[in-house]
Amino acid sequence: MRGSFAKRTMAEPLSQVVASMPRGRFLALMALFLGPAVAIYTLFSIYPLIATMALSTYTTDSSGAYQFVGLVNFVTLLTDAVWSKPFWNAAWNNLVFFAVHMLVQNPIGIALAGLLSLPGLKLKSLYRTVIFLPTMLSVVIVGFSWNLILSPLWGVAEGALKAVGLGSWFAPWLGLPSTALVTLALISVWQFVGIPMMLIYAALLNIPDELIDAARVDGLGHFRIFWHIKLPLVLPTIGLVSILTFVGNFNAFDLIYTVKGALAGPNFASDILGTFFYRTFFGFQLQLGNPTMGAAVATVMFFIILAGVCLYLFIVQRRLRRYAF
Amino acid sequence: MNKGIAWMRGGVALAALLTGLAAAQAGSLKIESWRNDDADIWNSTIIPAFNKHYPDIKVEFAPSAPADYNAALNARLDGGTAGDLITCRPFDASLQLYQKHQLDGLNDLKGMDNFPDVAKAAWSTDDGKVTFCVPMASVIHGFFYNQDAFKKVGAKPPKTMAEFHEILDKLKKDGTYTPIDLGTADQWEAATMGFQNIGPDYWKGEQGRLALIAGKEKYSDPEYVAVFKELASWAPYMGSGFQAQKYPDSQNLFSLGKAAIYPAGSWDISTFRKDAQFPIGAFPPPLPAGDTDCYISDHTDIGMGVNAASKNKEDAKKFLEWLATPEFAELYANALPGFFPLSKAPVTIKDPLAAEMVGWRKDCKSTIRNSYQILNRGTPNLENELWNVSAQVINGTLAPDAAGKQLQTDLDKWYKPAK
Repeated sequence: MRGSFAKRTMAEPLSQVVASMPRGRFLALMALFLGPAVAIYTLFSIYPLIATMALSTYTTDSSGAYQFVGLVNFVTLLTDAVWSKPFWNAAWNNLVFFAVHMLVQNPIGIALAGLLSLPGLKLKSLYRTVIFLPTMLSVVIVGFSWNLILSPLWGVAEGALKAVGLGSWFAPWLGLPSTALVTLALISVWQFVGIPMMLIYAALLNIPDELIDAARVDGLGHFRIFWHIKLPLVLPTIGLVSILTFVGNFNAFDLIYTVKGALAGPNFASDILGTFFYRTFFGFQLQLGNPTMGAAVATVMFFIILAGVCLYLFIVQRRLRRYAF
Repeated sequence: MNKGIAWMRGGVALAALLTGLAAAQAGSLKIESWRNDDADIWNSTIIPAFNKHYPDIKVEFAPSAPADYNAALNARLDGGTAGDLITCRPFDASLQLYQKHQLDGLNDLKGMDNFPDVAKAAWSTDDGKVTFCVPMASVIHGFFYNQDAFKKVGAKPPKTMAEFHEILDKLKKDGTYTPIDLGTADQWEAATMGFQNIGPDYWKGEQGRLALIAGKEKYSDPEYVAVFKELASWAPYMGSGFQAQKYPDSQNLFSLGKAAIYPAGSWDISTFRKDAQFPIGAFPPPLPAGDTDCYISDHTDIGMGVNAASKNKEDAKKFLEWLATPEFAELYANALPGFFPLSKAPVTIKDPLAAEMVGWRKDCKSTIRNSYQILNRGTPNLENELWNVSAQVINGTLAPDAAGKQLQTDLDKWYKPAK
């Protein structure tokens, strides 16, 4: 079954017009269609990436002159405790941040999509819009709003908990080392849960009604239809959502910076790779920016993401079965 | 070598261009600054006053957000799009710009001798030979108090730490006001309004600061640990959930009249003048037991220099010469109460709260924050560490002596004092 998608596209015959075209014109046509994308992608993605990697092999002295040092920055970053401790702390926090998204955001997204695709649900498009709405808000606004909601001084969170008799559960979650990171992750989940929901909802709509009808005739209820028929059919989309979450989380920066600042306190409890990179590259307050070390951090981040994506592509993606309807 | 990496710098230049700033034209001046709060005052008061002397020079005040200023300025300087006049952070951030030949030396500038050496130190090379920014203002630390709250519990401004704690106890018992208005969420208040505010009395101001640089004193010494112990004792008097209280929260809490004592920086004056409806008083950091000499943090905070790549250095220098006159000192001090001029010329400050704070200079010896000069050149950065441990000490997650030890251990990793 694997490769059925590829087979279908490969078997597609070349159009008569293209096939009968002289080679020169064919190449010109290719350049016309692909050129702009290749040029923009090269200028704004590939060139900065390679320039960053090159920059990470240099160091600067006090007069600002660059010197080539090879991989020294990477050795320092990964072995010198002054750098490696905050780096591994940020990497671990990032993993926690990702885990919260995988364990909370994606299951809720799947469940919401499952509910939305139930036949006979009223106000479907209202729910869909409302749940998707936060995704379109600026992270700065989301961060600011949640800061206010959870504020021990003016926030509604404490009052709301008191109203249901759980006032003692309240704590300044964003300020405690034990809860700050998870709270931030949950704010992010609240904002972005609409994306997995929409993607999976779209995949669910693609499942032919005959399959569902057949299952119903066989006597399955809604839950078992979802569990045994719909869910396996949308697994490729869930894989896609997972990899998008992974890339997004390991590039995350804005929410933490907005809510906790670049020092990501308390005691770096909410420091992730993005904020660690920002402090290193641009500097912070009296800490001067170190562009070459910052480039090394960015390069390591790139390789972490690359490794994650490769793992997914070669181990997970290959085993996923695709069904063509 | 520089040629070989030009293509990498291209990326930086591209980023600078994207921030959307065109190079300045001759005949006009553009000022880079992080004081976006003051944009109105620059445009309505300071620049018109300058134009009375030089009507032909067009001056544009172009501030960035404070937190982004250093990063944005560096990108613009590297990309060649920065303004003609650069507002200078004190010490290393500006020293680095001078060493990279992005700021000009200003030793020959007319009016530079209007400033004492201590004011120029923040913008001079380590050997003191070259000064590259004109000192503009300093900020003073101390405490603001809600006079209504003090009246309610029958308290007078405290002179000693013992009196300070008596008042705190009274305020806590009374329960109307949050005794100490301070949060640790943003971390810097704990270090700046806490540690650097009350600390100078403990480490004897400049004497202790210079001893730290010389390696004769350590952050793990008893006088520094004592500051952390004092800070740790504040937690019970702070608002509930202070761990998540941010700087604007603290400002609001005080201006709404819900807090009694606000550990302050003098720059807060204008905020409270605008928002607070009750009489505000100020007192300098109370003295620890047994001490008689008082010290205040009178921190050189803001200066201005010339972009070495400016196309209009002649006019830029005229502006800086004007900046060094007593006229500017008086204008600036009164337009922005809480920023105190550094020039030797006597200046009358009309705002009573600002006048009170600057009056402390008569009785107490001035010093600057002890983490600013030289000691934050390495990794890990001392100032960031100080924010982190001060917040942790108040949060109760780090013991005072452990905090001192952590600071010194991290400093020892890279700093070798000259013998």
